[in-house]
Amino acid sequence: MLEIKNLHASVEGREILRGIDLRIEAGEVHAIMGPNGSGKSTLAQVLAGHETYQVSGQVRYQGRDLLAMPAEERAVAGVFLAFQYPVEIPGVGNLYFLRTALNAVRRQRGQEELDALDFLALAKERMKLVEMDPSFMNRSVNVDFSGGEKKRNEIFQMAILEPSLAILDETDSGLDIDALRTVAAGVNALRREDRALLVITHYQRLLDYIVPDRVHVMANGRIVQSGGKELAVELEKHGYAGFEQDPPAPGATP
Amino acid sequence: MSTDNAKIRELSSRAYKYGFVSDLDSDAAPRGLNEDVIRLISAKKNEPQWLLDWRLKAYRHWLTMREPTWQNVHYAPIDYQDIIYYSAPKPKTPGPKSLDEVDPELRAMFGKLGISLAEQERLSGVAVDAVVDSVSVATTFKHKLAEVGVIFCSFSEAVQKHPDLVRQYLGSVVPYSDNFFATLNSAVFSDGSFCYVPKGVRCPMELSTYFRINAADTGQFERTLIVAEEGAYVSYLEGCTAPMRDNNQLHAAVVELVALDNAQIKYATVQNWYPGDAEGRGGIFNFVTKRGKCAGSHSKISWTQVETGSAITWKYPGVILQGDYSVGEFYSVALTANHQQADTGTKMIHVGRHTRSTILSKGISAGHGQNTYRGLVKVQKAAIGARNHTRCDSLLLGSQCGAHTFPYVEVKSPSAQVEHEASTSKISEEQLFYCRQRGIREEDAIPMIVNGFCREVLKELPMEFAVEAQKLLGVSLEGCIG
Repeated sequence: MLEIKNLHASVEGREILRGIDLRIEAGEVHAIMGPNGSGKSTLAQVLAGHETYQVSGQVRYQGRDLLAMPAEERAVAGVFLAFQYPVEIPGVGNLYFLRTALNAVRRQRGQEELDALDFLALAKERMKLVEMDPSFMNRSVNVDFSGGEKKRNEIFQMAILEPSLAILDETDSGLDIDALRTVAAGVNALRREDRALLVITHYQRLLDYIVPDRVHVMANGRIVQSGGKELAVELEKHGYAGFEQDPPAPGATP
Repeated sequence: MSTDNAKIRELSSRAYKYGFVSDLDSDAAPRGLNEDVIRLISAKKNEPQWLLDWRLKAYRHWLTMREPTWQNVHYAPIDYQDIIYYSAPKPKTPGPKSLDEVDPELRAMFGKLGISLAEQERLSGVAVDAVVDSVSVATTFKHKLAEVGVIFCSFSEAVQKHPDLVRQYLGSVVPYSDNFFATLNSAVFSDGSFCYVPKGVRCPMELSTYFRINAADTGQFERTLIVAEEGAYVSYLEGCTAPMRDNNQLHAAVVELVALDNAQIKYATVQNWYPGDAEGRGGIFNFVTKRGKCAGSHSKISWTQVETGSAITWKYPGVILQGDYSVGEFYSVALTANHQQADTGTKMIHVGRHTRSTILSKGISAGHGQNTYRGLVKVQKAAIGARNHTRCDSLLLGSQCGAHTFPYVEVKSPSAQVEHEASTSKISEEQLFYCRQRGIREEDAIPMIVNGFCREVLKELPMEFAVEAQKLLGVSLEGCIG
């Protein structure tokens, strides 16, 4: 599904990713953990095609050269990023936005576009996954949403767009325990044989609900340790202290 | 910004969609302006003496006036002697009595614009008073309107058939001496629309006029007068496109609205005249005076405008709130791209007690576009309890455009409440990335974000018009990002 080799990324001359190697197969759930500033979110942004970064290395996605594809092409090819900080788009209805997005994906898949009515039926069904209030559909994209509502909305979008590779960037941050359970249940319902998940988190608690196949620890722009799900528990006990011999990469985002 | 990328800039070479010239025989006055030309216009239209006198009075006053220079727009001087002040399409059969008799050339032209009169009549139930150059060529639904006593016809026809109404209200809101361009219009106006809704009547359909400038170098001087008697209601739509030109064309229209006690007038405009090419050559000068008078108590006048066209737009649809408890509203979207300039806004003049006004202005600038909001809120001493709320939002696309806001507030009544809010923002990288990550291409995301920005104004438009306006914003943006 996804094969990353020696991936480097820098912004304004500061190197944030310093040689990432990672392989994710279809049906697998991988978790990336690490302290603030280790480059986790940068990895998510680079995979999604954010143009701020100078990128080198190799990323194969379903046999294609991912880095050569612009962001929208990656999206319609099935790469989905659940944003850590979803942006607000005033005046653009959530439902309209999402239907536009879904139809872009459907065109790519050679499927017919959905009209407003068919889409509404689909949206109503998928909203239940994250227990989202139907009133959200007609509100502007993320405008006046609470932190938890924004995260639910991201997972709702994922449920609609049905990506092959979903990257969840700190989806647990800002969620209380009930919201966390709901969102995690939504994500679990979307686990499939032909879908891979890359879950980025600072805390182990999300992984109590979304149980990963593999856990990777990132520090200073590199993956410094990989293991099974028990690695997350280990980290929870001992913290990241052992992984931070080097100073954190300057300017790195958490 | 990635909006500066070459892919988008390449789209700016896209030609103006409605840039074609129809071959209609014109019956034109000689170039230039003098009293003889005014007499010719008046004679051509078989006008009564009082109207000729009014025109001449305006002309003589105009000679004493100077072209205004305070507005934040720049253009080469206009040679008023190099303009043809009257031109009428010659009907191939005299006086079309039905759509079937309308000049086929003309009908084909409407077909190209997607506003075929037959379709309009059959499908949408909208009565269209089509103005091509300066003479109305077809008026539909007249009978249905006549049943309820609504008069909707060309201005010339109103002068012939309802001279007393025209005489009573002409110049009652925008006097002949009002300003340089309105005064010029008063002297030379050729035609326009007239609408009268009698007491207690709710006009049964949206009234609509499509304006279109056709003959080369023809200044167009429209005159519109709408009167709503006590308790009457009317909604009026004005929309326009113009063919491509190399020479700038002056358009100086006047619109007057009068609302008596408890009457309501909604006036909506979608303006899509030729804006000039990507380098700023050609395009329409749109110098318009639009004003409504809430003459009666509890009356209401709303202006809604979507301005995407013209090289220069210079207009301030305003409301004189004379009647107690009367309400004035102004909702505006103005988009300037390439080298377009817009200096637009409104004037709300509070005279009566407990009068209220709302101003919502959305300015979008792209390319080298310069967008100015200029608004006057004036509360006179007698206007006890008057209230105004103003919000001006500007959205910038790219780094070479500009947005300017000039609010003028004059309050003489101590009990008045006047609020002003303003904001300026850019479409952010993060918004675009979010859209693109969901599979929405940048060229689709930008119009979507812009339409979202304008939504509060667009929702004031009648449904069909709102859809048209949204498309128009999309098309206008295609040519201007970069």
